Amino acid sequence: MDRRATLMLAVLALLLAGLSALWMFQGLGAGNRGFILSLRATKLAALVTVAVAIGVATVLFQTVAANRVLTPSIMGFDALYVLMQTLMIVLLGNAGFAGLSAGPKFGIDVGVMTALAVVLFGTLLAKGARDIPRMILTGVILGVLFRSVSQFLGRVLDPNEFAVVQAVSFASFNRVDAALLPVAGVLTAVAVMAAIRLSPQLDVLALGRESAVSLGLRYRALVMGTLALVAMLVSVSTALVGPVAFFGLIVAGLAHGAMQNARHAGLIPAAGLIAAILLVGGQWLFERILGQAATLSVVVEFAGGLFFLYLLLKGRIR
Amino acid sequence: MIQISNLGHKIGGTQILHDISTSFPKGKLTALIGPNGAGKSTLLRLVGRLEPLQQGAITVAGHDVARTPTADLARVMAILGQQTAVASRLRLCELVAFGRWPHHQGRPRPEDRTKVAQAIDAFALSKLKNRFLDEVSGGQAQRAHIAMAFAQDTEWLLLDEPLNNLDMAHARALMARLRDLVDRQGRSVGLVVHEINYAAAWADHVIAMKDGRIMAEGTPDDVLTEAVLSDLYDAPISVGRHKDRPLVLHHA
Ligand SMILES: Nc1ncnc2c1ncn2[C@@H]1O[C@H](COP(=O)(O)OP(=O)(O)OP(=O)(O)O)[C@@H](O)[C@H]1O
Ligand SMILES: [Mg+2]
Repeated sequence: MDRRATLMLAVLALLLAGLSALWMFQGLGAGNRGFILSLRATKLAALVTVAVAIGVATVLFQTVAANRVLTPSIMGFDALYVLMQTLMIVLLGNAGFAGLSAGPKFGIDVGVMTALAVVLFGTLLAKGARDIPRMILTGVILGVLFRSVSQFLGRVLDPNEFAVVQAVSFASFNRVDAALLPVAGVLTAVAVMAAIRLSPQLDVLALGRESAVSLGLRYRALVMGTLALVAMLVSVSTALVGPVAFFGLIVAGLAHGAMQNARHAGLIPAAGLIAAILLVGGQWLFERILGQAATLSVVVEFAGGLFFLYLLLKGRIR
Repeated sequence: MIQISNLGHKIGGTQILHDISTSFPKGKLTALIGPNGAGKSTLLRLVGRLEPLQQGAITVAGHDVARTPTADLARVMAILGQQTAVASRLRLCELVAFGRWPHHQGRPRPEDRTKVAQAIDAFALSKLKNRFLDEVSGGQAQRAHIAMAFAQDTEWLLLDEPLNNLDMAHARALMARLRDLVDRQGRSVGLVVHEINYAAAWADHVIAMKDGRIMAEGTPDDVLTEAVLSDLYDAPISVGRHKDRPLVLHHA
């Protein structure tokens, strides 16, 4: 990594550390310190986990798709996860669904999700994604398909079960499933470490299929492996806060802009840090300053949606 | 030697290549010529394992393309395809440096840096090396891609229309560089060219393709004749001589 990249990462890390301190200790009253601190720490951990998962997943996916407009959620990854959840509720019933203990259930979720995503998106991407409009269209159609099947299943369910489905299908940074946090954190850490280890290969992958094959990269295997990592990370973020469509797009755009260097060894940490800064900073602002007057997820999606349009209008579909 | 035997290829039900058997001689510069859609790129891409083999067999310097691990092949041959768009934002020098990847897998050694510097030099890219790929002209980007393949430093170098976008001086410089690779370093080169006179002036061996078949192959003197070329391109073509090599004329 060059000096500029290292410096940038250091600045981002400092910024995140500062925000985290602010999050933890700002407005801390005299009473009940221990309790409030532990509440805040849990929330902070959740926000950082989700942020890193979304940021890194998006950077990885954009490398595989050779394009800066697509994100896993635009391609329907998280809709797939929600569909899977709904199916589980349908198959097991609400009691069965709730009865499964969080850890193993989540493990199964992630496993199934990863397998599905690799099969589905692997076949779409393994030949080298050149036809971008077709990709976007396929993704949108898959997303709509998954969502409508989920909704249809939701309608067949009784109201109690439907409420559970509803809860998993909308993003909220306020409702975090704390029971999942340890598993989710470990999974995210593992996936991010694997991605960083793969980063020299990912740099070659980013050259496009032909150059990568010519340089002796095992293209197909790497595409599949990377998609598996993406699926793991999306499962984590969707399980914790629900589907978030455009946040990753902002993060990946900012990461590329901040690093000015296509090396994944820098891009991946940068994306994680930037995402965490945005989420922790944003949630702090909305929760403590604006007093929940607006919801962070809505604002993030709105800004991200605008950014998506901007990219499309600028013709940056590459 | 690159040995191609009974090679067939279909795309979506259409037979693109019909039972091709031929070879690219070792230590020679081989030019692949033929009209648009003849199957030249398809043939080269199959040799360079950019497309999976459907029928027939290909060996490159004794390595079976279908069975040799792709990383090993990357140290035997470098291939540059006809389309060379890169999605990520790279500086020219970074692109060229990727040519060494097959040799160091992400951990460049001093000798790799030397080879990259040589390649940048050889293709007159020193002044441009810190520019981004999307900030240089088409011909300059093309030269950077060729420099990357060159830096790969393999026994075989396969180039699909490398002269695309190059001006006369740079095209000439490239051909001279390839000649030098063959004559002084004992490398072997295969390339697709449309401008027949580059084949006439620089190639040792010419393979002429049409409609997915090989129409003629041999020395430039054997292949670049009025009869063969007129038939190949379905157009009257006259062949003169210049400095004891064929000179192909299409006007008249
Ligand atoms: N993806 C594809 N789908 C269908 N047909 C294809 C495809 N790619 C190539 N072809 C057909 O295969 C034939 C050979 O194509 P190829 O690219 O090998 O030709 P070429 O000799 O390299 O031509 P050019 O001089 O124009 O580069 C052509 O008739 C082309 O139309
Ligand atoms: Mg061609």
